[in-house]
Amino acid sequence: MDASIFSILALDGLTNGAVYALLALSIVLVFTVTRVIYIPQGEYVAFGALTLALLQAGKVPGTAWFLLILAGLVALIEFVHGLRQHHGARRLLTDALRTLAWPVVASLLAIWAAPRGYPMLVQALLTLALVTPFGSLIYRIAFESLADASVLVLLIISVGVHFALVGLGLFFFGAEGFRNPSFWDVRFNAGALSLSGQAILIFAVTFALIVALALFFERTLRGKALRATAINRLGARLMGISSTGAGRLSFTLAAFFGALAGLLIGPTTTIFYDSGFLIGLKGFVAAVFAGLSSFPLALAGSLGVGLLESFGSFWASSFKEVIVFGAILPVLLWRSLRDPHDEEH
Amino acid sequence: MKTFIKTTLASAVMLLASAHAFADVNIGISLSLTGPGSGLGIPMQNEFKLWPKTIDGEKVNLIILDDATDPGKGVANARRFVTQDKVDMIIGSCITPVAAAIAPVAAEAKTVQLAAAPVGVPPGADHWLFRLPQGFNVMAHPIIENMKKQGVKTIGFLGYTDAYGELWLKEITKDAEAAGIKVVMAERFARTDTSVTPQALKLVSANPDAILVVASGSGAAMPEMGLVERGYKGKIYQTHAAATPDLVRIGGKEVEGTYVVSGPAVIAEQLPDSHPSKKLAVDFVQKYEAAYGPNSRNQFAAHSYDARIVLTKVLPVALKKAKPGTPEFRAALRDAIEGMGRTLFSHGVMDWSATDHWGYTNETGVLLKVENGKFVVVN
Repeated sequence: MDASIFSILALDGLTNGAVYALLALSIVLVFTVTRVIYIPQGEYVAFGALTLALLQAGKVPGTAWFLLILAGLVALIEFVHGLRQHHGARRLLTDALRTLAWPVVASLLAIWAAPRGYPMLVQALLTLALVTPFGSLIYRIAFESLADASVLVLLIISVGVHFALVGLGLFFFGAEGFRNPSFWDVRFNAGALSLSGQAILIFAVTFALIVALALFFERTLRGKALRATAINRLGARLMGISSTGAGRLSFTLAAFFGALAGLLIGPTTTIFYDSGFLIGLKGFVAAVFAGLSSFPLALAGSLGVGLLESFGSFWASSFKEVIVFGAILPVLLWRSLRDPHDEEH
Repeated sequence: MKTFIKTTLASAVMLLASAHAFADVNIGISLSLTGPGSGLGIPMQNEFKLWPKTIDGEKVNLIILDDATDPGKGVANARRFVTQDKVDMIIGSCITPVAAAIAPVAAEAKTVQLAAAPVGVPPGADHWLFRLPQGFNVMAHPIIENMKKQGVKTIGFLGYTDAYGELWLKEITKDAEAAGIKVVMAERFARTDTSVTPQALKLVSANPDAILVVASGSGAAMPEMGLVERGYKGKIYQTHAAATPDLVRIGGKEVEGTYVVSGPAVIAEQLPDSHPSKKLAVDFVQKYEAAYGPNSRNQFAAHSYDARIVLTKVLPVALKKAKPGTPEFRAALRDAIEGMGRTLFSHGVMDWSATDHWGYTNETGVLLKVENGKFVVVN
């Protein structure tokens, strides 16, 4: 191996690592706030990439219908719940409106805009608007009523949600894969190293989001509320912070990050309806490296996973996944030696 | 007297019922109509719907059950076929693990099974099993021939880490060696991988004369684009699972000049007139697309079409020996299939024998080349 091969591999690894970082951060965020180990995080990647691909093809993406159905379901559940609690008609109406407004507007917009072939950036924004509300809706259907269950129960639910979403993904997008056109079609060459515009975009967006996330947690009230819930649910609740609100917000952010990762990775590889799982799992390995609690460590872990994957596939491509997922064992050992068993989890 | 009438009636009814069962040929078909394999099973079912009600004057009942791409369900279907429906033949499934799970049940009940998937049961253990898809050796043949013609001395391999990749690697290593070609490097990847840059780097630096990419459908373009991006200038070959429009749809200009091997059924009109399967392939495609719309052709539907060719040929032979619904008939059916000799299929030329239940001859495979975004036959 010479320097040029080393640098190409390192760049490839870091680019993938930056995408895994978005997923690892979401997994850490969701776990700290709601104690859900969110297996289906990767599904948003496939949803994001494939929604954009179908919009590009001028078709109405299945996500638009799926979102409408899901929002209708949540509104119905809420309505029944409200009736049981004897809420007034006005409150029932505002609740339903609040649940339905965004999904309905986003879906109708997508159905209207799909055949019109708008520029790619507009379609990307539309994709984000379509996929992001899934987070909160899925949280409300699957997790909210069981928010106080044990981590294990929540994990089992999240595995169930994963299977449901993969199956629905096959139904809505079909079995064939798609590759999106590049957002920024340029190439910078430095010797053997060739940097694509898309790679630069991946780094820039990941970096910007990490900064934004840090600012959100440090500077805004809602961010601080999320942090408070993450540190101590009961304490935060006693201080008047709604833990359901925090849960919904964290799931929404996770869906947004996932969809964004999908948009970023779509032009560099072919994405299938089931591609998300493995990508999400690599984010999960990075999140475990961070003990499911530290954002900077999750970032470092993601870049590490990306590099490990890249160099692993160069040296022994048949054992690549073994190398990446096998790496979780020493990490777990190191974590359990560093923080001996604590009672809360 | 009363009992006598009762008994006579009962036996008459039984006789009638059994006479009915004896008259018809019953075929149990297990297909993956739901689950991940449904893309293969549904076209097969579509073609079965086009079957005539009788073959050679004999009424043929098709009992189609869904195995949901689940080997357990496939076994349950097969058990139902042999115990409840007393079928004379089992067709299915279209997915390898499910077809493999059905095989022992069929063998135990001494019922012949036509699998629409390349089930890797060793010779001898596949007494009751015949495969409708081509084996890898038949598909590797045109690739190796073309490599020899083009003076390729070294090849690299870039394939899936799953069974499909593994079987191809074994086959191509064996065949290449026999042809005096060296496999210098074998790299693997998974369909859902985000990048093949590292593997491509390694292959390009080894610089073999040709690279065989083993991938399927829309997953076939990504590895090839990775190789081109890293500046590979040699020849690139793809396998029959990549011979779909998706290769060009995703790969665009970068897959121009790729060689792709294919079975004859789906490229019917493009086949040279000299190809023995041309007539059947065109017939299959025309009838199927007349029923299900233009470009609906599918290689799995063609397996159903070929199953009918088998029945047309073997039913008259077996019917001479025994009545349907009996073990003798099932045995006669099996022997007739094994001894039916060189038969033209829409999928190629079939020649099942006692030692070979794969059976396709080397006339089967066709090599295509991507030119201006279209597949054209290489002569």
